[in-house]
Amino acid sequence: MTTLDMSTTPLREVNVTLQEAAKSQSNSAYEITNPRGSHAVAVGLDGPLSVTIKGSTGYYCAGMNKSATVRVEGSTGPGVAENMMSGEVVIEGDASQYAGATGHGGLLNIKGNASSRCGISMKGIDIVVHGNIGHMSAFMAQKGNLVVLGDAGDALGDSLYEARLFVRGSVKSLGADCIEKEMRPEHIEILKDLLAKAGADAKPEEFKRYGSARKLYNFNIDHADEY
Amino acid sequence: MDKTPQTDPRQSWTFSNSVNSEIRRAAATGIYDIRGGGAKRRVPHFDDLLFLGASMSRYPLEGYREKCDTSVTLGTRFAKKPIELKIPITIAGMSFGALSGHAKEALGRGATMAGTSTTTGDGGMTEEERGHSEKLVYQYLPSRYGMNPDDLRRADAIEIVVGQGAKPGGGGMLLGQKITERVAGMRDLPVGIDQRSACRHPDWTGPDDLEIKILEIREITGWEKPIYIKIGGARPYYDTALAVKAGADVVVLDGMQGGTAATQDVFIEHVGQPTLACIRPAVQALQDLGMHREVQLVVSGGMRSGADVAKALALGADAVAIGTAALIALGDNDPKWEAEYQALGTTTGAYDDWHEGRDPAGITTQDPELMKRLDPTAAGRRLRNYLNVMTLECQTIARACGHNHVHNLEPEDLCALTMEAAAMAQVPLAGTNWYPGKPGF
Repeated sequence: MTTLDMSTTPLREVNVTLQEAAKSQSNSAYEITNPRGSHAVAVGLDGPLSVTIKGSTGYYCAGMNKSATVRVEGSTGPGVAENMMSGEVVIEGDASQYAGATGHGGLLNIKGNASSRCGISMKGIDIVVHGNIGHMSAFMAQKGNLVVLGDAGDALGDSLYEARLFVRGSVKSLGADCIEKEMRPEHIEILKDLLAKAGADAKPEEFKRYGSARKLYNFNIDHADEY
Repeated sequence: MDKTPQTDPRQSWTFSNSVNSEIRRAAATGIYDIRGGGAKRRVPHFDDLLFLGASMSRYPLEGYREKCDTSVTLGTRFAKKPIELKIPITIAGMSFGALSGHAKEALGRGATMAGTSTTTGDGGMTEEERGHSEKLVYQYLPSRYGMNPDDLRRADAIEIVVGQGAKPGGGGMLLGQKITERVAGMRDLPVGIDQRSACRHPDWTGPDDLEIKILEIREITGWEKPIYIKIGGARPYYDTALAVKAGADVVVLDGMQGGTAATQDVFIEHVGQPTLACIRPAVQALQDLGMHREVQLVVSGGMRSGADVAKALALGADAVAIGTAALIALGDNDPKWEAEYQALGTTTGAYDDWHEGRDPAGITTQDPELMKRLDPTAAGRRLRNYLNVMTLECQTIARACGHNHVHNLEPEDLCALTMEAAAMAQVPLAGTNWYPGKPGF
């Protein structure tokens, strides 16, 4: 385990060190201390690497992650794991807005709550939130799975495409074109797998599934009031 | 018996035949008109400016002998690897999806032969354009369709799109006819749906956030790539100032004549400012911040000739970008397809239903048969020729004004033909030393 202390090591040096280690395919482990809310920590990693951040981070922690595992022992600012391609990002605390935005793959595992617009425009990422999520989550979500063990705020899944949303608690309101859907056996299997991967103590049968009604896929003047 | 004289039937200026046809179309369909291209209305433009040329008080350069440099470097502020271009004319962002793969290839070929860059668009980077573009600018758009760190790293520059001249404040729409399997795959969407592109970015709001977003992109790409910020012609002074504040290496400013693949006609014609009106406020913002020439300004929207390029540079731009003109050079709206334009209910020069994917020229389509009509090699050569002509024209004017680099053109080289153009360009009305708003008058 190599330690990088951000009270003495500049952000650029931290990211270069991590990026080169990931690229070398060494599967090594790093620990980041004193992140003190820094932005863009551990971004652009491309390869097998284990990074543990001891504290809270600012914007875009683990942005565009590929293959690496990044664990934050604290909370994260906006846009954690934005546009993630693969790998895993674990947040022990809470995540601010836009968590997992536009993510293409991998698992974002938030042990606390996530704020508004969690999973906005997600494109294949899996997101598991052990607590609650804020309003406008999964807005224009295209692909992937969003699993929420707690409650969801207003306008969940507004203008949703093909992403699957699973919520165990209450949903304050659904967004345009988002509806509750039947939980079929294949969905139970997907959910079971994701809950196991995220270490979540919940049963798939406790969840409801939400998805797109697909009424807004092609413009129709009779649906204009939906917008 | 003599017939009683009658006045000629009088058409209403307010309710013209064109206006009435749109009312009838709207009444029949219940949907606003969507089309491609930029503003078609007449607005003050570069045609309303003239160069003064050399005279007793200015010394010209010999047109066929003395050197007039056209090179431009973009991204000198922070990027480790600024882009070096031979000419100050770049190819604007246009998406694969809106354009065919052949068209993207042709743009790359033509731009590379002319020594300039081309730009991706919504929908990600294709092999056609990366493979054929020596210098490729990768657009970072609100939709993030196809966005991935590998393409980010193999780009030569990154353009964060905040707005575009045809629709400042608006998103995009690619209708289902053009969402083929390949286009849908790149965008992670189902085939055949109407694909919406968001009007604002999903993970930042405002220039303070954008500054952090730029930090992230630079950290991912090793601070190598120039970061452009593209803005529509809305509030050019403040938008330019805020782009600089957010950390841009280059500001791309697109006026309302700049094209789009598909947007509501009402948006294109009624939102945003003419290109001519945007340049001086943007340059003023750069000057006020001490950043003119340090942060480069690229202007687009209605560039057609070397004269337009020269005028934009004289007003303070470092380079221009062309989109619509580049498509015409490839073969868009060519009279040889007139019979087919007629069959589509339009005519050469007016065809703008690019979103429908039935382009006879094979450029704004994903139809395999129509796409075959565009030979990317030949079309690339046409674009190269056109870029060369624009450059020669720009040099001709610069030499006539006594400049050995096109960047030495200045507002003092210009006069305006109309009050409006004089006010917008802040150059004197022809025959006077005055323009509206000039201090001291």
